[in-house]
Amino acid sequence: MEIFLQQLVNGVVLGSIYALVALGYTLVYGIMGLINFAHGDVVMIGAMVTLTVARLLSNSGLPGPLIVLLGLLAAVPTCMATGYLIERIAYRPLRNAPRLAPLITAIGVSILLQNLAMMIWGREYLSFPQIIPSHAFSFFGASISTTQSIIVIGSGVMMVCLSFLVKKTKLGNAMRATSQNPEVATLMGVEVNTVISLTFILGSALAAIAGMMVSAYYGIAHYDMGFMLGLKAFTAAVLGGIGNIEGAVLGGLLLGIIESMGAGYLGTLTGGVMGSNYQDVFAFFVLILVLVLRPSGLLGERVGERP
Amino acid sequence: MPNRPLFIVVAAILAGCAKHEAGSELVVRIGSVAPLTGPQSHLGKDNDNGVRLAAEEINASNLVIGGKKARIEVLSEDDQADPRTATVVAQKLVDEGVNGVIGDLNSGTSIPASKIYSDAGIPQISPSATAIAFTSQGFKTAFRVITNDRQQGEALAQFATAKLHAKSIAIIDDRTAYGQGLADEFGKDAKALGANVVAREYTSDHATDFTAILTSIKGKHPDLVFYGGMDAQSGPMMRQLRNLGMNVAFLGADGSKSPEFIRLAGRSAEGAYASTPGMPLDKMPGGQAFIEKYNARYGKIQLYSPYSYDATRVMVEAMKKAGSAEPSKYLPYLSKTEWQGVTGPISFDDKGDIRRGTVTLYQVVNGSWKAIP
Amino acid sequence: MKPFMKTGLYALLLLTLPFFTDFAFGKTWVRILDFALLYVMLALGLNIVVGFAGLLDLGYVAFFAVGAYLYALLASPHFGLHLPFWLLLPMGAFAAGIFGMLLGAPTLRLRGDYLAIVTLGFGEIIRIFLNNLNAPYDITGGPQGIDLIDPVSLGQFSLNHSVYGYYFLFLFLALGTAFVSTRLQHSRIGRAWVAIREDEIAAEAMGINTRNVKLMAFAMGASFGGLSGGLFAGFEGFVSPESFSLTESIMILCMVVLGGMGHVRGVIFGSVLLSILPEALRYVGPAQQSVFGKIYVDPSSLRMLLFGLALILVMLLRPAGLWPSPERRRELAAQGETARHENTNVYDAARD
Repeated sequence: MEIFLQQLVNGVVLGSIYALVALGYTLVYGIMGLINFAHGDVVMIGAMVTLTVARLLSNSGLPGPLIVLLGLLAAVPTCMATGYLIERIAYRPLRNAPRLAPLITAIGVSILLQNLAMMIWGREYLSFPQIIPSHAFSFFGASISTTQSIIVIGSGVMMVCLSFLVKKTKLGNAMRATSQNPEVATLMGVEVNTVISLTFILGSALAAIAGMMVSAYYGIAHYDMGFMLGLKAFTAAVLGGIGNIEGAVLGGLLLGIIESMGAGYLGTLTGGVMGSNYQDVFAFFVLILVLVLRPSGLLGERVGERP
Repeated sequence: MPNRPLFIVVAAILAGCAKHEAGSELVVRIGSVAPLTGPQSHLGKDNDNGVRLAAEEINASNLVIGGKKARIEVLSEDDQADPRTATVVAQKLVDEGVNGVIGDLNSGTSIPASKIYSDAGIPQISPSATAIAFTSQGFKTAFRVITNDRQQGEALAQFATAKLHAKSIAIIDDRTAYGQGLADEFGKDAKALGANVVAREYTSDHATDFTAILTSIKGKHPDLVFYGGMDAQSGPMMRQLRNLGMNVAFLGADGSKSPEFIRLAGRSAEGAYASTPGMPLDKMPGGQAFIEKYNARYGKIQLYSPYSYDATRVMVEAMKKAGSAEPSKYLPYLSKTEWQGVTGPISFDDKGDIRRGTVTLYQVVNGSWKAIP
Repeated sequence: MKPFMKTGLYALLLLTLPFFTDFAFGKTWVRILDFALLYVMLALGLNIVVGFAGLLDLGYVAFFAVGAYLYALLASPHFGLHLPFWLLLPMGAFAAGIFGMLLGAPTLRLRGDYLAIVTLGFGEIIRIFLNNLNAPYDITGGPQGIDLIDPVSLGQFSLNHSVYGYYFLFLFLALGTAFVSTRLQHSRIGRAWVAIREDEIAAEAMGINTRNVKLMAFAMGASFGGLSGGLFAGFEGFVSPESFSLTESIMILCMVVLGGMGHVRGVIFGSVLLSILPEALRYVGPAQQSVFGKIYVDPSSLRMLLFGLALILVMLLRPAGLWPSPERRRELAAQGETARHENTNVYDAARD
């Protein structure tokens, strides 16, 4: 029981990280129907900037959490600028192009960002200075650390804020209008270009926060880290129903729990034939099953046959 | 062909850099192959630097081969840790007429490339490919200066059972050729030595979260966790192990014995064990000098640059003995050469594996690796 | 010029290309050409699924893997079997076709990006199985892969040591797949694919059995992949799961889209270009030195940087691909003026 609870905690923490990254995917997708393949790499930039600041200040005597916060203050604008530039240069000119064209530029941007990061931060795996005091406390026998709980709570707060922004604010209205029909939105006085830029900037700010949390929690950052993380988060977003904010969080949590349960119990379930080496198979299997039963994800809107 | 303009451009560039003034000096071209882009590029660059440092030193010491003044030229190529690219790169080096090759870094790239070097008769010394298959294909040109998985697995299992008195062991690997090969050999030997493998878990070489498998291991109460894989995973793994409140001993292999491991694991690194093929670098004749020179020239040593350095020295030594840099002339001498390298004495057996490959074990004590006598 | 003369000229060029290439740039480039031809087959296979039928497939490399492993398992010391290649290549294509249908069956209802993620998952599942089926019974060799695979050979004649031999074999089969692709495109089934790509409901209303037609696309596309997989195994002599990663799938997709989706010649152009470009960029480092006298940027970092940049620039300048089919170009031109109001989604103007 203790082990099961610990696995659940592991899954929820991992899932919250996926959820954080998935929010960025889903936000952009929701407005534009575009998979921003470079989102994972923006997360990487966020992690790298936070880490750089943390390293510079690690001997300054400032308290750890403050340093990380300062790192975030540097990471958010950097990522926002990156996101804005990506949209401006690689996606905006392709708005009326065939559907797969922006996908290819996204892949190009992803390669470009990774190699730029490699030139700036080097090829090594970078370690995040251990400056945040972390205390583990017991929860019915399972241990949770303070950083872990911050991640879980953080992704929840982020979801609520984002949800509020999209549903209740003027900008959210404009976003939804743009996603429904950009032409009509323009007629209604919505600055479509501005709204899309803002969406990208917002998504990139989320990426910066996710990057900060990932690098501080795992204590590691590398120019290549965005790819896998982005992929998992994208899977999570699809699982929950891409374009849906609550769906991204649900999908992320679910994917995290599936992975951790898969790694923990596949061996027992299959009598040792399959072990934790098949955890991704298990995760994808669940994904396929969900999509076969609900073709637009768990919380995704059922779209008619005609787009 | 629609792509001819490209060819012309390439031709022009090729022609531009094909000017090799031979003069009276003998130019010995040594290929250095490793992943210089992608997730392993920090290790790849390290290997490449090792070759370059060796070449610089040799060039500074007035190299004479067969009575002729000679100079080493290093040709670095990026195999992207991809088997297909490795064969293209191998062919490129063969075309450029290299006299020998130091590489590749991985087993998965060394194996397909070895076929091409063998066909061309060009000696290839891998500084870091440990898969048994690399030298067991029957190619006369394939050598390595590092212990293979079997040699290292055996030494690690000995250490685990005899020195650490491990009775129940949990084994994790990263499902790469390196990690899986080593972990399987270790497991086999540990079992033969009477230990019990209570858990066999797996992760991947891009993973950062290991809490699920570690929790699962926790339930089985082993007294040793062994990891076959690289520092980028074992560092964070070590940290998560301790965060889960597990005070079990941790044993890694050469992939974990790096300064990076300690940095990544932070305070949790204390007490961890890992191994290195060969002898302790700082105790070897010339070892300290190598460390200082490398640090001054390229920064900190990652993992395998001492091996690529030694591999280069051995190769050139064989050339000197043969009095020729011709691959067919010095290849027979390569297997007869004995060289006192910075990683230990180097000579090859009939397969091309390092003879009497020793393994040194280390432990993290007060934040740095200390050799266990 | 008369058509047959033009064909003859092309044929002569293709047949002498490896010798010319070897003379000018060395055997490396013949080897690169060999791989380019392999990618032509792969890209043409993916083009059937993505270009003709409009089903976004991000796990195409799985079929490549199926063909490669089938060949490797049945023609290597691994199981001690040494079947001839003329049996293994069709078997690989057939097996991959079956896998294609297996993938297609559960995904028939999915569209767009949902399909993309499921195919991506399928590709990963295959790779993970290949990577792990070495225990409890050793089937695939696991991460160690399978080495000493038999080269393609017929009787006494072996292509073992010849990049030329493989060039002609690959050329023959690549031309074959190009021919089949072109014929398929203009056949009944090819028109059905285009119909479901443009509008699935309308296609169904016209009496097209969309299920069978989609499955057919998956199976056909996959079999091309299986065929090239077998060739890859024989050519390389070694297979391991590393060669079948997601990045490879993405690369093949880039070839299709960059060349001009749905246009056979464009796809061939795209695949040749993208398989040659990263290799050609290797010369940037030395070129830097000869132009500026010293190396400013580490050539290995620059290489992939330029590759990424090239992908972006090409798509920005030619959104429909470098060489789109003439019909497609007309459609796009028309869209600019009249069809704008049909846009339902900002980035989704021209649904494929």
